[in-house]
Amino acid sequence: MHPVLKLVAQRLSLGLLLLFFASILIFAGTTILPGDVAQSILGQSATPEALANLREELGMNDPAITRYFNWLGGVLQGDLGTALTNGRDIAESLGTRFKNTIFLAFWAAVVAVPLAIFLGLLAVRYRDRWPDKLISAVTLASISIPEFLIGYVLMYFVSVKLGWFPSVSMINDTMTLGQKLNAIALPVMVLTLVVLAHMMRMTRAAILNVMQSAYVETAELKGLSGLDVIRKHAFPNAIAPIVNVVMLNLAYLVVGVVVIEVVFVYPGMGQYLVDHVSKRDVPVVQACGLIFAAVYIGLNIIADIVSILSNPRLRHPK
Amino acid sequence: MNDQLDFMASRVTMGKMTRREFMGKAAALGVSAVVANSVFATAARAADPVRGGTIKLGSSGGESTNSHDPALTASEVPLSNIRHWGETLVEVDENGALDFRMAESVEASADAKTWTFKIRKGVDFSNGKTMSADDVLKTMQRHSNEDSQSGALGIMRGIENMKVDGDNFVVELGTANADLPYLMADYHLMIQPGGGMDNPAEGVGTGPYTIEFDEPGVRHGYKLNPNYWDADNRGFAEFSEVLVLNDATARTAALQSGQVHLINRVDPKVAGLLDRAPTLSVRSAAGRGHYVFIMHIDTAPFDKNELRLALKYAINRQEMVDKILRGYGSIGNDMPINASYPLFDASIPQRNYDAAKAAEHYKASGHDGSPIILRVSDGAFPGAVDAAALFQQSAQAAGIPLEIKREPNDGYWSEVWNKQPFCASYWGGRPVQDQMYSTAYLSTADWNDTRWKRDDFDAMLLAARGELDEAKRKDIYSKMGQMLRDEGGLILPMFNDFVSGVANNVGGWIDDPNGEMMNNKANIKCWVEA
Repeated sequence: MHPVLKLVAQRLSLGLLLLFFASILIFAGTTILPGDVAQSILGQSATPEALANLREELGMNDPAITRYFNWLGGVLQGDLGTALTNGRDIAESLGTRFKNTIFLAFWAAVVAVPLAIFLGLLAVRYRDRWPDKLISAVTLASISIPEFLIGYVLMYFVSVKLGWFPSVSMINDTMTLGQKLNAIALPVMVLTLVVLAHMMRMTRAAILNVMQSAYVETAELKGLSGLDVIRKHAFPNAIAPIVNVVMLNLAYLVVGVVVIEVVFVYPGMGQYLVDHVSKRDVPVVQACGLIFAAVYIGLNIIADIVSILSNPRLRHPK
Repeated sequence: MNDQLDFMASRVTMGKMTRREFMGKAAALGVSAVVANSVFATAARAADPVRGGTIKLGSSGGESTNSHDPALTASEVPLSNIRHWGETLVEVDENGALDFRMAESVEASADAKTWTFKIRKGVDFSNGKTMSADDVLKTMQRHSNEDSQSGALGIMRGIENMKVDGDNFVVELGTANADLPYLMADYHLMIQPGGGMDNPAEGVGTGPYTIEFDEPGVRHGYKLNPNYWDADNRGFAEFSEVLVLNDATARTAALQSGQVHLINRVDPKVAGLLDRAPTLSVRSAAGRGHYVFIMHIDTAPFDKNELRLALKYAINRQEMVDKILRGYGSIGNDMPINASYPLFDASIPQRNYDAAKAAEHYKASGHDGSPIILRVSDGAFPGAVDAAALFQQSAQAAGIPLEIKREPNDGYWSEVWNKQPFCASYWGGRPVQDQMYSTAYLSTADWNDTRWKRDDFDAMLLAARGELDEAKRKDIYSKMGQMLRDEGGLILPMFNDFVSGVANNVGGWIDDPNGEMMNNKANIKCWVEA
């Protein structure tokens, strides 16, 4: 087998094993939380009889191990089950939410990744001069401000005062792509500001590191212009760390945006997960957890593979 | 000037400004009386319901776990949802009177033990079936039978027998209850076809709307039911939407930018500022809900009434209303009843902050001086942690050491409330005194969260329940209130108002003490002007 294929297969099977452990952790975590699903559904108005009846119906009287393996059996057959709280099909409701999460993450990435890399290159080109300092100052400031605050500030000026974009980013299937993009404009702006600094700084650092090398000096001596040196010689050699940090940020855009979802009322997976955790709806929490874990593991595998492929020494191990 | 005049006209339409005020202010703007008069007339005419359009509510209290099953309804968004498609036998209106919905009238036997509801004829469910007394019976059975998971199970317990008699639905009680019709106004008891036994979350009922789309935790959409039986009074907008906006800032921004017409739970901290915006107004309705600190009177050190009194004197009620509610509320008197209830006795003396008296009672209680642990979380009520800190300060001044233990919001109702001996809590209030006392202060009540178990109190409650003479009833309730006030485990510093944001183009708004958002009926009773 080709060494790269072997590597991918290895990584994938390790990833599956990790997912299995993640599911055990998630199940144990939600089970040891105080209160159970019946108690959470009925809340303050729970009577002992109503609680007992609801527990019976939801199968809460089975031991935890039995419930876990029942669930695992279903998942292996492709059946995520139904939510305990409202009896809806999990695959269906989760599908819509996941699509929305990916939609937002995709457009945020489309804006943020090229912008970050471009700004990183620009910062290297004008290293230690005012463009570099300005770019660093602005991006570092925006990453240091809590994201909900950036959200509120943008909401106040752009939505309430200027009326350019809606403050409620509720999208649904009946909207056209243009309407959807208009709706998510504000969260995309905030997410871009949040992830920009990390990627930009890493690009800058990785390329500067390469710029110290002898072959870059040679390139300069043979008369290439500043940006050409970066584009042809420095950037290809700096790609591995950049891809790594880009993937980390993409993973964040998928799994870590619950605050933004709440602020802009975006129907993504984050809020869906939080709602079900607070109701102890274990099957849904499990399903969300698995998807988040899969996204995280998957993106990391991609990062690994890309950095190996981009490095001839790793591509052809002796 | 025109903007100003428009704004004033909209206040007239909303019933917030009288003709006299309007003419006076218009004159101040230099508008001639003739012009002012015609503007006033147009604005006042607009108070007739406008049909069509879409009315949108931005509401907190919605989760992706919600369903349309009325038995499981517990938070604000599902409450607004079930009001769209369903109706109960009776409702309680904003003045505390009965509003007959699926029942046309009700009659009690002389001993107040047998109640006969005459069921309204010719009302269809939205699935085309005709609503009958049998559907009513099945609905009540679903909420009271032994498999019931309903939040209404507690109030159904006093019912001994239910039956259908022709077009009547008959309820027989073990002990007399003069307030039984009020119990039937409970929002869980939406009349469903076949009692909703087969598919409780179907969302089919006799209400003014039918479900158009249903995305729990995101939004719920409704379309007008063309066959609605009471179209003169409800169901003005063609479409109605409930958007789940749990974040307070998101709600106010959505209202300000015109994406919704109504929002609930305006944070008292920003209510004053928000009210200044020209396109909307903040409406505050005095309610029966109250923010409380509860002590288990069967657990040391709270088993000593002297200590309970010390703590009751050590809380500064006015300060709490001013700082926690920012004036959107009223002070409490350590009994769960206020002037919003029928038969309230206003002559009971108000307890005020008195550090000297608190210190005196504290000394008399012989408490050893160790810190008294008070458990709080912001999940108990908004601002609970701050309120506890104020309580700690005012108690400190009386020499009573309080220690605040902050608990997580998550699981507060299952792990802390009704379990720990001293904690912060919230009660939503009930339509009548009997229901409030039966829910939380009867010895056998499920939610007796102060462990108040007194035979003499129970006897008075039962006596008042069967008493049809209002003067005598009022007298008994007054005694019960004073007993709780002086001996109970309830420290009740404040009653909160329902603070809502209403856009100026919304007509038909009324302040309803029964619940938030006109008791969750804003969408079905208000209209939007073009």
